[in-house]
Amino acid sequence: MQPDQMPAADYASVRKPSPHDSAIKHVTGEATYIDDIREPAGTLHVVPGWHRDAVCGRIKSVDLDAVRAYPGVVAVLTHADIPGKNDCSPSFGDDPVLAEGNIQFHGQAVFAVVAETRDAARRAARLARIEVEEHTPILTVDDAVGADITVMPDYQFRKGAPEAGLASAERKLSGRLMIGGQEHFYLEGQAAMAVPGEDGDMFVHSSTQHPSEVQHTVSKVLALPDAAVTVEVRRMGGGFGGKESQANQWAALAALAARVTGRPCKCRLDRDDDMIMTGKRHDFRADWTAGFDAEGRIRAVDMKLLARCGYSADLSLGVVDRAMFHADSSYYYPDAAILSRRMKTDTVSNTAFRGFGGPQGMLAAERMIDAIAITLGEDPLTIRKRNFYSAGRDVTPYGMPVEEHHTLHALIGELEEKAAYWARREEIRSFNASSHILKKGLALTPVKFGISFTLKHLNQAGALVHVYTDGSIHLSHGGTEMGQGLYQKVAQVVAEEFGVSLDRVRITATHTGKVPNTGPTAASSGTDLNGMAAKRAAEMIKARLIAFASAHYGVEAEAIDFRDNKVIVGNEAIDFGALAKEAHLNRIQLSAAGFYATPNITWDRPTASGRPFLYFAYGGACAEVTIDTMTGEMRVDRVDILHDVGKSLNPAIDIGQIEGGFVQGMGWLTTEELVWDGKGRLRTHAPSTYKIPTASDVPEAFSVSLYDSPGNPEDTIYRSKAVGEPPVMLANSVFCAVSDAVASLKPGVVPELDAPATPEAILKAVAAIKQAEATGR
Amino acid sequence: MRNSIRFLHRGKVVELSDFSPTQTVLDWLRLDAGLKGTKEGCGEGDCGACTVAVGRLSGDRIVYKPVNSCILFLGQIDGAEIVTVEDLAEDGRLHPVQQAMVDAHGSQCGFCTPGFVMSLFTLYHSDHQRADRKTVTDWLAGNLCRCTGYRPIVEAALNSCFTAADDAFCRRENETQESLRGLADDEDVLVGDDDRFFAAPGSIDALADLYERHPEATIVAGATDVGLWVTKQLRGLDKVIWLGRVEGLDRVEETRGGLLLGAGATYSAVEPHIGRIDPDLGELWRRIGSKQVRASGTVGGNIANGSPIGDTPPALIALGATIELRKGNDARTLTLEDFFIDYGRQDRATGEFVTGVFVPKLDPNQAFRAYKLSKRFDQDISAVMAAFRFTIVDGRITEARIAYGGMAATPRRARGAEAALIGANPADPASWAPALKAVADDYAPITDMRASADYRREAARGMLAKALVEVSGAPDAHTRITGFRQMEADHAA
Repeated sequence: MQPDQMPAADYASVRKPSPHDSAIKHVTGEATYIDDIREPAGTLHVVPGWHRDAVCGRIKSVDLDAVRAYPGVVAVLTHADIPGKNDCSPSFGDDPVLAEGNIQFHGQAVFAVVAETRDAARRAARLARIEVEEHTPILTVDDAVGADITVMPDYQFRKGAPEAGLASAERKLSGRLMIGGQEHFYLEGQAAMAVPGEDGDMFVHSSTQHPSEVQHTVSKVLALPDAAVTVEVRRMGGGFGGKESQANQWAALAALAARVTGRPCKCRLDRDDDMIMTGKRHDFRADWTAGFDAEGRIRAVDMKLLARCGYSADLSLGVVDRAMFHADSSYYYPDAAILSRRMKTDTVSNTAFRGFGGPQGMLAAERMIDAIAITLGEDPLTIRKRNFYSAGRDVTPYGMPVEEHHTLHALIGELEEKAAYWARREEIRSFNASSHILKKGLALTPVKFGISFTLKHLNQAGALVHVYTDGSIHLSHGGTEMGQGLYQKVAQVVAEEFGVSLDRVRITATHTGKVPNTGPTAASSGTDLNGMAAKRAAEMIKARLIAFASAHYGVEAEAIDFRDNKVIVGNEAIDFGALAKEAHLNRIQLSAAGFYATPNITWDRPTASGRPFLYFAYGGACAEVTIDTMTGEMRVDRVDILHDVGKSLNPAIDIGQIEGGFVQGMGWLTTEELVWDGKGRLRTHAPSTYKIPTASDVPEAFSVSLYDSPGNPEDTIYRSKAVGEPPVMLANSVFCAVSDAVASLKPGVVPELDAPATPEAILKAVAAIKQAEATGR
Repeated sequence: MRNSIRFLHRGKVVELSDFSPTQTVLDWLRLDAGLKGTKEGCGEGDCGACTVAVGRLSGDRIVYKPVNSCILFLGQIDGAEIVTVEDLAEDGRLHPVQQAMVDAHGSQCGFCTPGFVMSLFTLYHSDHQRADRKTVTDWLAGNLCRCTGYRPIVEAALNSCFTAADDAFCRRENETQESLRGLADDEDVLVGDDDRFFAAPGSIDALADLYERHPEATIVAGATDVGLWVTKQLRGLDKVIWLGRVEGLDRVEETRGGLLLGAGATYSAVEPHIGRIDPDLGELWRRIGSKQVRASGTVGGNIANGSPIGDTPPALIALGATIELRKGNDARTLTLEDFFIDYGRQDRATGEFVTGVFVPKLDPNQAFRAYKLSKRFDQDISAVMAAFRFTIVDGRITEARIAYGGMAATPRRARGAEAALIGANPADPASWAPALKAVADDYAPITDMRASADYRREAARGMLAKALVEVSGAPDAHTRITGFRQMEADHAA
């Protein structure tokens, strides 16, 4: 029987809400993060130094005498100390570990202090005298468009004949939406500790989502072969994409310091340095034109997505591509031109952030739908549903068919009922009619998120499983644990395969010496890839055990079954450990490396053709908000969510991902505002000025359910679906609800609300729409 | 004179006589004691990852308060018990709040979790207020979580914090009380020497004397601001005088005419009293910082450091509060509004310090409103803070006191708007239209990371209009989306 056809009750470990593997260690404080690892004697501390004022320009002189003279300082490093390549970029060779020749953004590391204590290193780092010949910085998308500079060439999807489609459409609308960036605010800041070994070896503990890339970066910077560098990650205190490429630099600095001093070195960034020196979610300008008919059915779309990439490419290729892949949200565009531009600015290099461009692309599409609905005087949900992918209207702007549109329809229909959308629409209408200062808004928005890395080679994973002769199992795989519960889910898979209880499976740290050449834990794919790889490793060992037991006990292979920590061999039940021991005595290998490469993905970027995603994950959210038209304050009153995770591997962990992702997305679209001053210096670089949601921002009426799925139609791990990123975009409902509340002030006028919808942005949109009323626009 | 500090940690008295005046409790825990369970998330008391519980005797019981150990100076735990996340489980058995967190799936990455657990521990040991979500979210406003979306944590709190406390700390309470009593004395404390010290005088006279001799010393009440000078600006403060041991300085007295607050009274000590003057003050207090900040920070400190964005001064100015200052043996009183001269400049002589604040009650014919406007409702610094006191006779405003924060270099009265309101009828918007215009001319606000000048001006007008609409008793019940008054209206409806 195929696993997906087995009734849930027949599973012992998967599809069960077991707690996070480290839950007890979390609550007792025993869970160890980089800065908690007991330091080897003589460990030094590394703090990066930067020009506290200059934004960009040529470095004229660097005077580090006072830094070197500070008590406790052991070494001060500059680019000249780097034996290998001065680069920590993920691909394009454009991210110096330490600035060389130029400062390219405010906060770029110019040198690093290595000292006996972290306090001494921090104090010394502020004593540098650096002279810079500054030039006028290019700061915003608009600045960069004016100067026409990008980090990479523009890229476009074209489907059909968008120009003709727009020309022939009954109605046409255009708009522009400014979409803000977002700071990751992982609670554990960037951190790494490097311990030098013999023969130039370097062992690096890093808080990274991508240990292989940290390994490659360290070897590149130190001019070592990859095999001389080992990276280990037990857990991160949050990642969210911010430790996919941006952990490289700090590990490289720690390793460089360890190389120069011969002592273990730790680099842990201050919160302010972390927020100033590392990249964020890309902010975007989305310019759109839609042609549609009198029913609001879209005929053609022309969308331009302009992203602020910062001073270097980093991961902007993939991030902005993903914005394009999601510029359709869940809507069918018969003809479309989706253009992207990767604008280069003199600011920190923006990077991966949960959703990876998808949220920005989808938000632009939702604004477009809202605008069509408002213009036609229809309810936005009606227009949304009218444009959903459906039979015969199922090909995306990049040519991939949407095969599972029935899931979208069923899920949204069910949510519409569950949230009592239409009844509440009426209640809100009457509330707004009688309330002059406060106004309510409602929105129900869909999520359709493509699962797979769009860079094809990343869709592979490895795992290493050992069974010891006492029946305990050692599990390691290439995925990293950043809180998302990946370790637990993969352990559940392995326990299920061997029919043993979870406590028999020892979860171990991710380690480049155990599983090599891994991709980042990103793109929501951690479980899909590593779960499969671990399953395959377990299957290999299990097949050997079955073959052995069959021969050894003279029982047909079909009569051998693994369950309840036992192996059923014909009429006998043997303890799993006893069988492992017996197999070992008979010289059967009890270790296996599993490997998985995602099938059926064929995306070819140069020709913009093929199938980038194995499948889509779906979801829907309905949000109700209240705004204060005198101050711009906003409260989220109620949220209902229905989300599709296929057959859940672990419902408790999946619900946690959905709730957490939604709240994170809600923060991005409401209170989280990145503010740079006129010179280009980030002014919101600590939680005192950058406001992520607190407990009271989450409404009491917050209902999250898993969609009752028959299982992923694709052959994924136990027919589950990825869940890391898609829920972020459920928060689009909050933004659209705010817009709906503003729109209630003047029927037929599209609110000029940009993201994030801070009180200031809301009051501005209110003022604009009142102005429109006054002028009768 | 005692030349050491003493506190209770894991059942033992720790006595320290050699530490930097600005050494933080967090660094002591992590670097000196080697206890890595308590985390540094931000180093500025805003994320709560470093939350620990500080227990002090209050009458015949021990009260545990959550504090941010990253900005708490080591000397500030003199005489107290300190409890960290490592201390909760007993013989391998989780504490009820820990177990509830596990059961509710309340942790993901786990980095913020020790701080949440400690906040929950203090809630578990608190005098239980209403066992509702509002109590919990208020209690947890100072703990940021980036993974869970909070729902499971709130659930864990509701499931574990509202039954009678029954843990190892209860069972040991008599011993702990005895130990704490053993630590109590009225000595002046000074750790260090005349050039570099952490001092904690035991009386107001000793404080006056010490400060007169060392006017360049930094006076610290809660250190919720000064802590950041150290952790963020890396300022070396050689001489620190802490007010926490000064006898009587933490007094909170309700008199017939008003409320008398000692300069050392924490926000949380004032909280239950201030709301009785007006519910808006209760709500304002609730939104100042977080539980952790309010447990350490003081009204006196909020005034004395002269910030243009302190939340209490606008409200206190509108109420007509006065402050008391002392230098050596000389004391004087002045109105709070006169204390603030300009940005970073107050009417305070060298060696002079704030000893208390008097907050008058409202007369029956006075209406008060206060609004705090920030990007986030809880634990955020105001973009604009506004407070209004209208004296209304026969439906006409005869006196208006209006003060704003965040609109100028100091908390300041809106004199133009106040004048324009005389004779206005709150129920007649046309009669107060000139005041809306005037308030924009009263200030020249700046643009910063919290808000633009335009928004501040616009919002200042909106807040004044809202206050007048509310005071007029207009039928529109829905005037605000946060605050006690709205809740009352909801309950009534």
